[in-house]
Amino acid sequence: MLEQTVQIVANERDTDSYFKIVLRAPQIAPLVQPGQFAHVRILPLRDALLRRPFSIYQVAGDTFSILYKTVGKGTDALARMRPGEELSVIAPLGHGFTVPKAGGEIPLLVAGGYGMAAMYLLAQRSPQKGIVFVGGRRRVDILCEKEFAAIGWEVRPTTEDGSHGEKGLVTHPLIAELKRTVAHRKVFACGPTPMLKAVGKIAGDFDVPAELSMDEHMCCGVGTCLTCVIKVKSGDGWEYQRTCTEGPVFDSREIAWEAQP
Amino acid sequence: MNLSVQIGKLRMQNPVTVASGTFGYGAEYARLIDVNLLGAVTVKGIRLNPVPGNPTPRTAETASGMLNAIGLQGPGVDGFIKKYWPFLKGLKVPTIINIWGTTVEEYAEVARRFDALGGVGALELNVSCPNIKEGGAQFGTDCKLLSQVVAACRKVTTLPLITKMSPNVPNIAPYAKAAEDAGSDALAVTNSFPAMAIDIHTRKPKLANVTGGLTGPAIKPIAVKLVWEASQAVKIPVIGMGGIQNADDAIEFLMAGATAVAVGTANFYEPQTALQVIAGIRDFMEQKKIADVKEITGSFKPQK
Repeated sequence: MLEQTVQIVANERDTDSYFKIVLRAPQIAPLVQPGQFAHVRILPLRDALLRRPFSIYQVAGDTFSILYKTVGKGTDALARMRPGEELSVIAPLGHGFTVPKAGGEIPLLVAGGYGMAAMYLLAQRSPQKGIVFVGGRRRVDILCEKEFAAIGWEVRPTTEDGSHGEKGLVTHPLIAELKRTVAHRKVFACGPTPMLKAVGKIAGDFDVPAELSMDEHMCCGVGTCLTCVIKVKSGDGWEYQRTCTEGPVFDSREIAWEAQP
Repeated sequence: MNLSVQIGKLRMQNPVTVASGTFGYGAEYARLIDVNLLGAVTVKGIRLNPVPGNPTPRTAETASGMLNAIGLQGPGVDGFIKKYWPFLKGLKVPTIINIWGTTVEEYAEVARRFDALGGVGALELNVSCPNIKEGGAQFGTDCKLLSQVVAACRKVTTLPLITKMSPNVPNIAPYAKAAEDAGSDALAVTNSFPAMAIDIHTRKPKLANVTGGLTGPAIKPIAVKLVWEASQAVKIPVIGMGGIQNADDAIEFLMAGATAVAVGTANFYEPQTALQVIAGIRDFMEQKKIADVKEITGSFKPQK
């Protein structure tokens, strides 16, 4: 974990309201593990003081990138920033995905929307290729399809409106695949909480291990403020654990879903 | 140039600590800054037993500030000693332990436990947390209860006692005086301000607890006034806090009457802030040819 001022190398629209920003961070880039995040201070936000957490998408040379959707004033301000401008970044942060070992379980990746970006490094660094199931509302919400295909992964897209891939939810082709075989399969997922909950339940039903990257409102990002807690099983009950530190990636079986708000 | 200050028996190498609840238990930020450069480390509030804290969402960003209603999640005295004390006792700088309870007896018991631990720099009595149903602010907004809490802790420990005052009183002077008279060695002014925010699209509160405490630069001018008023009411030192983002802010608190300051919410967005404040105070003293930081305390000129 380092705090550094980094320069924007590129910041361009990917599709629709999705942008890709590339940051030159020679000391941070080599440290990044799949599933980790960067905590970004966007100085033009002025009176909005807090940092914004973003999953790290790709690492290339002395840069890393983030794929983000403009959803509010933070990401709107970020989208207006230009190459050459600077951001303050604390990264890499959090406990990421377990990279599969050669000859180990075959990874099944499940992504919702820009959750796809958080799984790219995992796919790239896994010696074991697998299938990535990606879901979104419309065609424009299906991201990084080419990038995953380029590193030898099979991509199975689903859209709710049927404009691309299979019509329906991302969990449908996942269930179909698990019905075919569960032997040596492991599920990894990143996306909206309802999707993660459904994926966790499916993995449990099929008795397949699953790692889920949890999305919680965050503040300090380094474990002090106790904003981003989720309920994790402990003894007969649960305890709060921090998404920024013990997570964002949790073993699905450890999450106390029934106790979440 | 002398930056050191004295808070009762507690000597700080410079007048800058961190506000309880914004710095975890020290080790979290030790990965980003050299905590041995601080005047002291102040840890998150501890009561006797572990506390799960409030449901989420627990914080919300607001203009120039934030709301929080964490609910004093914590490991309890034993959990703290086991998990966090080994790191803290190894530091070169003192640790201020923020303590609380739901009864006067509990405050005293926690104080007694930390007195027995040995090596603690000071105890900060949290009588002002707005986010818990029992304990906290109820003690800080009732002069009689406030005196009882301070006196009960005073009886069981010789450690410096810092009473963290509630801002939620019509006039802070009598409360400050009550804490001093009951044996407090210093005051911490101030805690967060009760506040709330609503998501207009869902019509729901932005905090699960509905209300929370406002902190950050938004509260700074109110906190400066409270520090001025409190420091005039007592002879004991005041630690000023509320929205400090840089050395200028800190110096303003010192001029208003604070002997030391604490950086709070700024730690969350800029972990270097406390160290930048120390460097900036040093620069200011050099520039203005001030030999001792204590000369700044209370030096503002209310008359023209």
